[in-house]
Amino acid sequence: MQVEKKEFKPTIVAFCCNWCSYAGADLSGTNRLNYPANVKIIRVPCSCRVNPMFVLRAFQRGADGVIICGCHPGDCHYTTGNYYARRRMTLLFSMLDFLGIERDRTRLEWVSAAEGAKFAKTMNEFVEAVTKLGENKRLEDLRCKKQ
Amino acid sequence: MQRIGVFVCWCGSNIAGTVDVHKVAEALKSEPGVVIATQYQYMCSEAGQTLIKDAIRDHKLTGIVVCSCSPRMHEATFRKTAAAAGLNPYMVEIANIREQCSWIHKDMEVGTEKAIILGRAAIAKVHLNAPLVAGESPVVKRALVIGGGIAGIQTALDIADAGFPVDIVETKPTIGGKMAQIDKTFPTLDCAACILTPKMVDAAQHDKINIYAYSEVAEVKGFVGNFSVKIKQKARMVDPVKCTGCGLCVEKCPMKKVPNEFNLGMDKRSAIYIPFAQAVPKVATIDPTACLKMKTGKCGLCATVCEAGAIDYTQQDSFIEEKYGAIVVATGYNPINLDQFDEFAYNQSPDVVTSLEFERLTNAAGPTAGTLLRPSDGKHPHTLVFVQCVGSRCDGAEKGKSYCSKICCMYTAKHAMLCREKYPDTEVYVFYIDVRTPGKNFDEFYRRAVEEYGVKYIKGMVGKVAPQADGSLLVQASDLIEGEQLKIKADMVVLAAAIEPDQSARPLATMLTASMDTNDFFTEAHPKLRPVESPTAGVFLSGCCQGPKDIPETVSQASGAAAKVIGLLVKDSLTCNPCVAHSDELMCNGCSACEKVCPYGAITYQDKEFRMPDRTTAIRRVASVNPAVCQGCGACTVACPSGAMDLNGFSNSQIMAEVDAICK
Ligand SMILES: Cc1cc2nc3c(=O)[nH]c(=O)nc-3n(C[C@H](O)[C@H](O)[C@H](O)COP(=O)(O)OP(=O)(O)OC[C@H]3O[C@@H](n4cnc5c(N)ncnc54)[C@H](O)[C@@H]3O)c2cc1C
Ligand code: FES
Repeated sequence: MQVEKKEFKPTIVAFCCNWCSYAGADLSGTNRLNYPANVKIIRVPCSCRVNPMFVLRAFQRGADGVIICGCHPGDCHYTTGNYYARRRMTLLFSMLDFLGIERDRTRLEWVSAAEGAKFAKTMNEFVEAVTKLGENKRLEDLRCKKQ
Repeated sequence: MQRIGVFVCWCGSNIAGTVDVHKVAEALKSEPGVVIATQYQYMCSEAGQTLIKDAIRDHKLTGIVVCSCSPRMHEATFRKTAAAAGLNPYMVEIANIREQCSWIHKDMEVGTEKAIILGRAAIAKVHLNAPLVAGESPVVKRALVIGGGIAGIQTALDIADAGFPVDIVETKPTIGGKMAQIDKTFPTLDCAACILTPKMVDAAQHDKINIYAYSEVAEVKGFVGNFSVKIKQKARMVDPVKCTGCGLCVEKCPMKKVPNEFNLGMDKRSAIYIPFAQAVPKVATIDPTACLKMKTGKCGLCATVCEAGAIDYTQQDSFIEEKYGAIVVATGYNPINLDQFDEFAYNQSPDVVTSLEFERLTNAAGPTAGTLLRPSDGKHPHTLVFVQCVGSRCDGAEKGKSYCSKICCMYTAKHAMLCREKYPDTEVYVFYIDVRTPGKNFDEFYRRAVEEYGVKYIKGMVGKVAPQADGSLLVQASDLIEGEQLKIKADMVVLAAAIEPDQSARPLATMLTASMDTNDFFTEAHPKLRPVESPTAGVFLSGCCQGPKDIPETVSQASGAAAKVIGLLVKDSLTCNPCVAHSDELMCNGCSACEKVCPYGAITYQDKEFRMPDRTTAIRRVASVNPAVCQGCGACTVACPSGAMDLNGFSNSQIMAEVDAICK
């Protein structure tokens, strides 16, 4: 049994659309802007590719926070994708909130390919907010947990 | 089980500086399916690529993961490498351990741990990758241009000059559009007809251009490279091949009281008419609502005088079907209807005219043969008031448009200047909210109107135009700079009416599955980077149908659209992006949810026969995706309630495998 308390490092899944946000994330790297290593990015073609199921799956598998990043409204590579994402996620997030998954564990953010700084800032803020909330226990499926 | 190779790149010290590449390779070696995991200084170099190719051959790899820089950088490179070694290029996944790992983190331990997780996610994904083959679809080397204004004409000429056949479909009896109605053009003041009509003739005589005037698009099927379009040729009761355009019928026609739309109803034409002298095609058209023969059966004079025997009162609408590789929309604009703007007395006094009517009133071929005369009494006007932004920039109001119509400041300056130049005895006022004249030589033009021609520009709004008993118009306005109320007794008032897209644009957009904005202007594929393409592949935009613009801008866009069309038509076939959606027909319940969210109209429904477990057959409506049209955004995959839609390359299971790997 481990007695000493380890610093809590949340697991964060970030879905980034290929055209703006993923490029924005790359740019924050190119500019050497720091954000915590807990953030792991999954590339999707567009924010509208993010199925609410993916978000639930992440929480089930032990993620402590999920963030979805897309192009700014009006800039989606596929014109309307981010509007769908916005509607779907608004609904999902409020439903999760209702289930007791705090609002601050989920986030939707518009990051353009030029906003490397915004990407890093967003991630820093998000990680901080999730760290404050502590571990996600409510939705995590313990059967999925690796020993 | 896949046989996966993992290749970790040092990127010199870019990655190796903060990520222990040896440790990463070592850790990933024990992942399921991984048969080789190695590292190298520069994977993208010739030697690095050779290393990958050799490994693919030696270890009979079925999938590879390259842990390196961003896929936006070198995904294409490594896909080519894989293809060169006989591996399907879509069996390659990149773990971004530079931009999204080594460059972000300073601590070796942290960076290494994250790189391992990113590598694991990529391995998990590649396990579920399937070889994809980019399909090909042939390109029909013919273009369709809808609308024969200056935009459509320019686009057609450019495409035809490059050697491709073009058809122009124009709803009016002649091509030319609004520019044919304009008198002189800013900023150079050359006559519109002198520069437009030669182009119209060029189009008519070009052996690659075919003009379907007095025609409309009735149906559009197909997709980029392979559209099938039904064109309706409206009955003009005149055989366009036989008609020589001599005009004898027009002269002899006894019904001469039809409002002439070319002069915006300010004079009359006959029931059989040619819109204007330089019309292309120069063919007469019978207006069935006015023609005595058509209405009462009595007359038939035109048929008797026509030496060519071109008149045919029994002519019916006919339909043609043609195939096209590309479609250009050039449906232009119209000034808005001013019924709602009672304050300007447009419907009460004939001396209140729109700017386009003013163009006709100053045009040598117009109703007054170019002499500016008041429509009411034919007298020479002394005081003219121009009102800008009528119906433009009406934000929040229930009438008018919220946008700026862009061209009005310039054409009003033009009108005011021409007025003062031709009739120095006139007094000319222009009321404006702002004067917006950006553009080459535009501001100089406006300043000339004020400084050289003494046009009185007043910043302020016209509140009311009241027709007086003596025939004059009392204009009540505010001068915002002087802060006073003005009353001007004017002889004529000219309204710079806002412009809006043609009424036919929306039904056309529906046929083309091209998107429009809230004002019914066609939207571009990208507002900055792809301004002449519509989001629907193979559909291009030219001229004012995309937004208000003047002639120089219209022509540049027209040529831009033509260049894009030529770029498409030179190809024999199109390589399709294989990362497109596909539907599992057994799971699809035909609900149409996917069709509604598809921005490209790539999804259609088909009735298909299915064999049921009890050996009966059932016919069900199922979705099918056209891979040539789908752009792979994935909106449909989420909309699908039964989970039948999935996206190649970013499938549900692949993304979830990544999620799992990251959350472990
Ligand atoms: C009063 C006034 C003065 C102007 N003066 C100037 C000037 O001095 N200098 C300048 O640069 N610009 C001027 N302009 C702007 C100029 O008129 C436009 O930039 C130009 O005409 C745009 O050309 P277009 O081909 O896009 O549209 P249009 O000229 O409107 O042409 C569109 C064509 O498409 C046809 N059409 C529409 N719908 C369909 C359909 N569904 N199927 C088939 N055909 C269809 C129409 O009949 C028309 O022939 C002026 C505009 C106005 C209103
Ligand atoms: S492509 Fe970025 S949100 Fe659609």
